[in-house]
Amino acid sequence: MAGEERNIKVHIENVKKTYQGRTGEVVALNGVNLDIMDNEFITVVGPSGCGKSTILNIMAGLLEPTSGRILCNGKEVHGTGPDRGVVFQQYALFPWLTVKKNVLFPLQMKGIKGQEAEDIAMKYIKMVDLEKFCDHYPKELSGGMKQRVAIARAYAANPEVLLMDEPFGALDAQTRTQLQQELLETWEKERKTCFFITHDVDEALILGQRVVIMSARPGRIKDIIDVDIPYPRDQETKMSPRFLELKNQIWSQVYHEYLEVRK
Amino acid sequence: MAAKLKGGKTNEKLTNWIWLGISLLCALALWTLLSVLPATARSFPNIFVVFNQIGVMIQRGVLWKDISSSLISVSAGYALGFVIALPLAILMAWYNPVRRIIQPWIQFIRNIPPLAYVPLIVIAAGVGRKPQIIVITIATCLIMCITMYQGIVNIDETLIKAARVLGAKDKDIFLRVLAPASLPFILTAVRLGASCALTTLIAAESTGAFAGLGMRIRSLNNNFETAPMLLYIIIIGIIGITVEKLIQLLERKLTGWQEKREI
Repeated sequence: MAGEERNIKVHIENVKKTYQGRTGEVVALNGVNLDIMDNEFITVVGPSGCGKSTILNIMAGLLEPTSGRILCNGKEVHGTGPDRGVVFQQYALFPWLTVKKNVLFPLQMKGIKGQEAEDIAMKYIKMVDLEKFCDHYPKELSGGMKQRVAIARAYAANPEVLLMDEPFGALDAQTRTQLQQELLETWEKERKTCFFITHDVDEALILGQRVVIMSARPGRIKDIIDVDIPYPRDQETKMSPRFLELKNQIWSQVYHEYLEVRK
Repeated sequence: MAAKLKGGKTNEKLTNWIWLGISLLCALALWTLLSVLPATARSFPNIFVVFNQIGVMIQRGVLWKDISSSLISVSAGYALGFVIALPLAILMAWYNPVRRIIQPWIQFIRNIPPLAYVPLIVIAAGVGRKPQIIVITIATCLIMCITMYQGIVNIDETLIKAARVLGAKDKDIFLRVLAPASLPFILTAVRLGASCALTTLIAAESTGAFAGLGMRIRSLNNNFETAPMLLYIIIIGIIGITVEKLIQLLERKLTGWQEKREI
């Protein structure tokens, strides 16, 4: 992104997280350092148990690090805040609220009411193409639609950083591809900083400007790959030689980590 | 498509009614058979004899008194049980020490048939309405408390996390997440409590009651008056199923948003 002024949005400094397991202390994360730039789309891959979700939860303020710190806009993160939004793998929609009321929830928490709240909610419901389902309950929606609502809800809160914890992990391949495409389009429009966790190397590559590869036990950053494939990207990008080359490079590292975990 | 769906629904309703009719006819056939077989004829007078007893019991001036007395005891004990169970369940879910101290005893007492401790309560509280209400309160409170507690602790934690991330404070989480999320379990508890209140009725009215469905069955037993006994048994059954259906209606109205129905 030549010529673009880029500030550090999130600064992760020497973060360590340990917790008490049954057989003693488990080190989930150790010495994690990372700077995420403003407007950046960063994806994270790694074997299960590498602490991907732990780092996301610490960034969200849902967990406190054992040591080290995280700065968001230069301010140290303690607890959740309106500057950071999260999209969970399990959608986490409130099942007793309709689609529209789910999207209104963060606005009500901010004290935005009436027509203004309504307009903002509708804007994001339209963004994910669900205006016909405003008054439906989550149980009436498919998995893909539920995750669209969750994304609309996260956007309605208007965070500066969007943290996504394997959001498409529970979806079938087709829906996943479609949602990836939609997410890319939205990101290109809104340019919100995205921190996106996945276990799918293809997904990490098609979305991210940089791919962070994590190693397991203890979780740490093993490598960061710059994805020098221009946007807009689509499904055909996945056939391009550069994509396949990078995919190979990332996959071999992730696979190596996977073998380590199995030992 | 909507019309077809609706048509399917009315069809289904009709089928349900037809099956209910068939089921009723089968029961009547069995009843008639029992009233004819020499071995069971004394215990099961036929339907005409039994329903004739409605008039007889009204003439004796006890039918309405028995029904209203039982309903008063059941609803008072049940309401009291609910009022105690709800805050207790919330306390148990909130504070670990409360749960650790109380839960074993709830489970211990719950497995003792109420009939066993009725004499102790009569000795302490005297005869009349008071011991009846106490017995029903104890029995319903225990089962409702356990059911509500299990519901509250099993609330999906991601919903709380999601609410926090979307800017909810503790008060919002309690009122807008925990309360609606536990409503289905509270209603399940209400339903189980109602059936428990009725099954405890006989024990509760063995406390030297002056009227009541349970008390009357015991006193009719002294003269082997099987026809009115059977009538009273059927009345208890009708009250039970009516209350259950009403609560189910309430459940569908209030918690229709649920993904799956439990118990």
